[in-house]
Amino acid sequence: MRYAVIGGGPAGLYFALLAKKANPADEVLVVERNPPDATFGWGVVFSEETLGALRDADYETYTEIGESFARWNAIDIYYRDSRIRSRGHVFTGISRKVLLNILQRRCQALGVRLQFEREVGDLAEFEDADLIIGADGINGLVRRTYAEHFTPQLAVHPTKYVWFGSDLPLDAFTFIFRRNEHGLFQVHAYPFDARTCTFIVECPDAAWRHAGLDSASEADSIAYCESLFEPELRGAHLMSNRSLWINFATLRQESWHHRNVVLVGDAAHTAHFSIGSGTKLAMEDSIALVDALRRHRDLSAAVNDYEMERQPVVERFQEAALESSSYFEHVARYAAFDPKQFAFNLLTRSRRITYVNLTQRDPDFVRTVDSWFSSAATGSPDGALRLSPPPMFVPFRIGELTIPNRVAIAASRDLEAAATIGAGLVITEFVSVTSEGRISPETPLFDRDYQDRLRVAAERIHQAGSRVALQLGHAGRRGSMRPRAQGADRPLPNGWKLLAPSAIAYTPRSTLPRAMSARDVAHLVTVFGAAARAAASSWVDVLDVNMAQGYLLASFISPLTNQRTDEFGGTFENRMRFPLAVLDAVRSAWLRPLVVRITAGDPLPEGADLDDAVAVATQLKAHGADLIYPVMGQTVWESRPDYRRLFGVPASDRIRNEAGIPTLAGGYISTADDVNTILAAGRADLCLLDIPPNQ
Amino acid sequence: MKIGLGLPTTTTGMTGDLLIDWARRADSGPFTSLGVLDRIAYHNYEPFTALAAAAAVTRRIRLATMIVIAPLRNTTLLAKQAASLNALSNGRLTLGLAVGARGEDYAAAGIESRGRGRRFAEQLEAIRDIWEEGKIGPKLDGREPQLLVGGSSGEALARMARYGDGYMHGGGPPRAFAGAAGRARAAWTDLGRPGQPILWGMGYFALGDGTAESGAAYLRHYYAFTGPFAEKIAAGNLTSPGAVVDFIRGYEDAGCDELVLFPTVSTIDQLERLAEVIH
Repeated sequence: MRYAVIGGGPAGLYFALLAKKANPADEVLVVERNPPDATFGWGVVFSEETLGALRDADYETYTEIGESFARWNAIDIYYRDSRIRSRGHVFTGISRKVLLNILQRRCQALGVRLQFEREVGDLAEFEDADLIIGADGINGLVRRTYAEHFTPQLAVHPTKYVWFGSDLPLDAFTFIFRRNEHGLFQVHAYPFDARTCTFIVECPDAAWRHAGLDSASEADSIAYCESLFEPELRGAHLMSNRSLWINFATLRQESWHHRNVVLVGDAAHTAHFSIGSGTKLAMEDSIALVDALRRHRDLSAAVNDYEMERQPVVERFQEAALESSSYFEHVARYAAFDPKQFAFNLLTRSRRITYVNLTQRDPDFVRTVDSWFSSAATGSPDGALRLSPPPMFVPFRIGELTIPNRVAIAASRDLEAAATIGAGLVITEFVSVTSEGRISPETPLFDRDYQDRLRVAAERIHQAGSRVALQLGHAGRRGSMRPRAQGADRPLPNGWKLLAPSAIAYTPRSTLPRAMSARDVAHLVTVFGAAARAAASSWVDVLDVNMAQGYLLASFISPLTNQRTDEFGGTFENRMRFPLAVLDAVRSAWLRPLVVRITAGDPLPEGADLDDAVAVATQLKAHGADLIYPVMGQTVWESRPDYRRLFGVPASDRIRNEAGIPTLAGGYISTADDVNTILAAGRADLCLLDIPPNQ
Repeated sequence: MKIGLGLPTTTTGMTGDLLIDWARRADSGPFTSLGVLDRIAYHNYEPFTALAAAAAVTRRIRLATMIVIAPLRNTTLLAKQAASLNALSNGRLTLGLAVGARGEDYAAAGIESRGRGRRFAEQLEAIRDIWEEGKIGPKLDGREPQLLVGGSSGEALARMARYGDGYMHGGGPPRAFAGAAGRARAAWTDLGRPGQPILWGMGYFALGDGTAESGAAYLRHYYAFTGPFAEKIAAGNLTSPGAVVDFIRGYEDAGCDELVLFPTVSTIDQLERLAEVIH
């Protein structure tokens, strides 16, 4: 077998030596455009798991790497004037140059042919190779040659970053956040030997321009960053090695092979540097490819097998890397966080590490966070509580009300059954303020009869130690449907007349609503106010006003469904007028806690996005809402959340920390670990837990 | 979890006689359903026709379309066909519907593929109404076909949760099914449906010496439209009893209600071999 490896980085060299070792009769050629000791970049990081894989794949290089690497187990977070340290995260770092030299020597000893300073112009130069391995990086020739077969998607990230080296001795993976007059800058630094570290500086594009770094020389950039991070550098220097400010690009490709060409490492995929996995993924690719070639005699079966094994792994890292990069792009949002919560949020940013994982790695750190969380919630001084429950079981106070824990559940028709679950807050089904505002004939109307039943149920729920929220709404054009047991949004034959901001039906077959008159608007404001007064004399603890899911109030807010030209349509201010009037009427009649559920986004071209939701939440807060419950989609029939795990959490995070109002997060939250992670990281104050029936 | 069996209506070398023999034996075997696939621009039997033939020689087993590409069919006719098959088989039809993935089927049927998602949602909304109104017979008297919806996008899952009784997954390793099942349940909850969606999964098998390669060749051909992905589907073919058992266990753990295993080789011994494994 003849292998031609294009690119002499870690992926290419590691493939070459493993392939040659597996079958010494094979011919393995590595072609590299640079000289052997040229290297760009500083150090690379490996986890314990990766080292295990390297040990199993080639013990000789593993021992040499082991002699040269730096090892540490802490993450330091410099934020405001504090340093938070979290332990139990085992990493090793090695100089990229040392790593390459070890791999080169091993290749030579095994009989791999290495050709340096050879620029490849055309893959036809390797006609006699049975397999061409593209290890020449994201901008390499191999990937570009067959781009149409690999079908790449390149996503360029908005922030600017630069790789420096530094003679700062570090004993931890180090994040530094520093705000100056130009904006917020952050550092990702990690040691790779006793004296040297990689020092990456990242900042928003605007900060980069304000600071004049767009026109700065390498020396100027170094001077700027040295002065900016002077306290942490403690006299150490930054070093440049073709260090230019660039934007990271995430590369995904549907296929990593075509005919006898196969890609490994950055040529196949990239994942944002903030989870430090580029070299790890690259070398693991090479291990998997050589293994697949040993398993299969047939080349095409081997490369398929390789791709099937690696693609899901890489996709998981890419997803985590996207979460991580997005965190850093929006980190300014968390500027008001207490350092402990800030650190917890940072450590759990990629979703790969949760509350439970952190508890295993560093129980003391999690205890500190728990203690801070409890103290902050109960108003006792921080550190006073040495033994605290996990965040999920810390009471939540809104106004005079204490909700005994942070879990909310959506009750079905059987409210009393919900009392036995143990959730802090039980939210009723949708209860309509008027008869025509019912969703289906089964939707309860908030009349005397329902109030009596609610009183009995509320008593039961209170006895069980929980609190009750009454969800009040008006279905608008989404009314007059069949009961949900028969499907959702299936119009009722011979139903009732509907009201909406504009005469647009919810589905092609549903009843055309009548556009509301100014009198209808005034009437419904009064009706909501009266309902709130009636609720006030009931045993309900919280009111939850539904301004989401395409019901009446939501359809006034969204331009997709409100096409009015009067004072209730058009501008944002006009579209908010009726919902805010309802809120004012409710607020003046109801002094207990008030939740408003709003649409956090309709993934549609003209649909609302999160910016709109933040603006809506800000207004509602100004009009007295105590808590926002963001819900995705349903404004129109076609809207489509992706329904992935925790799909409502990003909206909750953003609204809580940008509009500055407590939030309830919902949407595929199914474990206590999820709940604790979301709460401790400050992404919500309460979580709606999905509990399967009969459990 | 129940285990169903695919009818050989797409595999190389299938015949009407084999189909009838297959259906009859499956009805007396350990299988709970017979599934069929749908393509237009391919040498397969049309799904409703194949299931009607199977219905005539079976008494017990459920008959399932996995899936029928709804936008290629006239909605009223589709509703009537499904109602007829359901009535003829004494209520044994599980109607799986989806938009399908092959542009060439749309081209062959002369149907615009753009906008198929929205049209499909309209069809789903209409089909239920047609069955209930009863003007377009046969009379169902409340015994409607079980309606399952496929697809993997958020849009597909929302359609499923609005109009379906549950979700029909398009195949893949148990982990892929588990992910889709979780999202299907989330969509169900999000749209306020009581209870849980019914979840069906599917897989491919070829058992016995020398069948692995012909099975893989068939899958490569059937999924050629997916490009390089066809190789991966072919590699996922279950070619040993151990692989079948692991696959079944994985689906069961993920909460699958009914898993239908499709043959990739058209010989009757495949049915016997699978029956032996799941016994």
